[in-house]
Amino acid sequence: MIDTFYNGGQTLFAGAWWTGATWPVVWNLIKIVAVLLPLLGAVAYLTLWERKLLGWMQDRIGPNRVGPAGLLQPIADALKLLTKEIIRPTAAAKGLFFLGPLMSITPALVAWAVIPFGPEVALSNANAGLLLLLAIVSIEVYAVIIAGWASNSKYALMGALRATAQMISYEIALGFCLLVVVMVSGSLNLSAIVMGQGQGLFADMGLSFLSWNWLPLLPIFVVYQISSVAEVARHPFDMVEGESEIVAGHMVEYSGMGFAIFFLAEYANMWLVSVLAVVMFLGGWLPPLDIAPFTWVPGWIWLGLKTFAMVCLFIWYRASFPRFRYDQIMRLGWKVFIPVTLIWLLVVAAWIISPWNIWL
Amino acid sequence: MSSFVAEPFSLRNFLKSFMLGELFKAMALTGRYALGNKVTIQYPEEKTPRSPRFRGLHALRRYENGEERCIACKLCEAVCPALAIIIESHQRDDGTRRTTRYDIDLVKCIYCGFCEEACPTDSIVMTHILEFHGETRGDLYYTKEMLLAIGDKYEPEIAAARAADAQYR
Repeated sequence: MIDTFYNGGQTLFAGAWWTGATWPVVWNLIKIVAVLLPLLGAVAYLTLWERKLLGWMQDRIGPNRVGPAGLLQPIADALKLLTKEIIRPTAAAKGLFFLGPLMSITPALVAWAVIPFGPEVALSNANAGLLLLLAIVSIEVYAVIIAGWASNSKYALMGALRATAQMISYEIALGFCLLVVVMVSGSLNLSAIVMGQGQGLFADMGLSFLSWNWLPLLPIFVVYQISSVAEVARHPFDMVEGESEIVAGHMVEYSGMGFAIFFLAEYANMWLVSVLAVVMFLGGWLPPLDIAPFTWVPGWIWLGLKTFAMVCLFIWYRASFPRFRYDQIMRLGWKVFIPVTLIWLLVVAAWIISPWNIWL
Repeated sequence: MSSFVAEPFSLRNFLKSFMLGELFKAMALTGRYALGNKVTIQYPEEKTPRSPRFRGLHALRRYENGEERCIACKLCEAVCPALAIIIESHQRDDGTRRTTRYDIDLVKCIYCGFCEEACPTDSIVMTHILEFHGETRGDLYYTKEMLLAIGDKYEPEIAAARAADAQYR
């Protein structure tokens, strides 16, 4: 179906030599918009869904006044933040102050270029997609440092340092989890990782969901879940933005649009690590059961449903757990997760070369 | 330095924390609440119940025959902790003692109900009304006429509330 659109556009633009050459550029722009627009909408409405679900878990209903059932709440929030004055403290570094939030949201959006929405359907089906993703996610650490440093305020700097240390510690555990997945899939290409989960003993029986990576790599899935929560600095690892501790950490000097961008970047990151969890462990766009009604539903809807379930897990964690102390966060990242992932790496490696290898 | 003695290693505790048992219990609790009934009261479509003793807006009452109850004894003015009541009195033509001025500054009032308790003739009462507002500061300075008017308007509710509470007084 996408090919028909491409060919149609090609014939539309065919004519002079220069219009024919611009069609691929225009096509890429259309693809980018097609990925980013729903994503931005999803990010905005995630703020509402979080407040609703969090409210339900706290025995109350969330926002329900602004539109029907509160559906216009994100728009009201956006308008409020847009009309606030953007204050830059005079002592803050001029350009860096505004670079911080930009650097925070850009990687969160750019990383969606490699996410596959169907077999070979991705903005960029890079063969080293996972490596690219990991590299892009590491840029967000810079955003935190730049924001904290440019604010020229001691609490902002302290918050930035803590946030940075937390993020890089859990990136290591995250990297090991991804390494194990790459080992069993044999490729860094995200599409190939998903396709690999569609094969196996249970998939042949029709019970696809038991042949996805979450079952044989269950400890790694759990470690990935917790590491991704810490990576995004979400509750219970949100020491850096805990209102009672350090107000807003590195974001304390930002107001109006700057703060809004940090806020949106956090939710965009949540979607990103959730979709990564789905692609690597929960079979991406594959339906859970290979029987008739499930296979009629298009792949990207399955991706969306599973990602939504993962994101609901994030909100569930926020409602259920108390906040970790900073030294507990560090201890968990270095002294618990890295040994666990290393040991499981060796176990899986042994499993692969043993006669009970379940991956090709 | 505090003297901290670590407890001996217990495999059971280690496994319990490793298998994340507590985490699942916590998530089960919030999950149950997410699926249950919510306690939110959707104001203004729904309202919380109010007791007959509720201390809301003041009112000056009258007797059955229309005579105002207040005899300007100034007990309420004396007991008011916020000095919100101002009273001036005179002898009326028929020889009785009545007020010329009975003002309550609702901004000063702390809605404690002492005036209602002090009044010997059940003249000044606090009604069930909590939804009133003023748009300028002067709007919340209620004079005698305004208080009497409230009393006339809500006398059935006032009488019913006092009757419901009478057995406990």
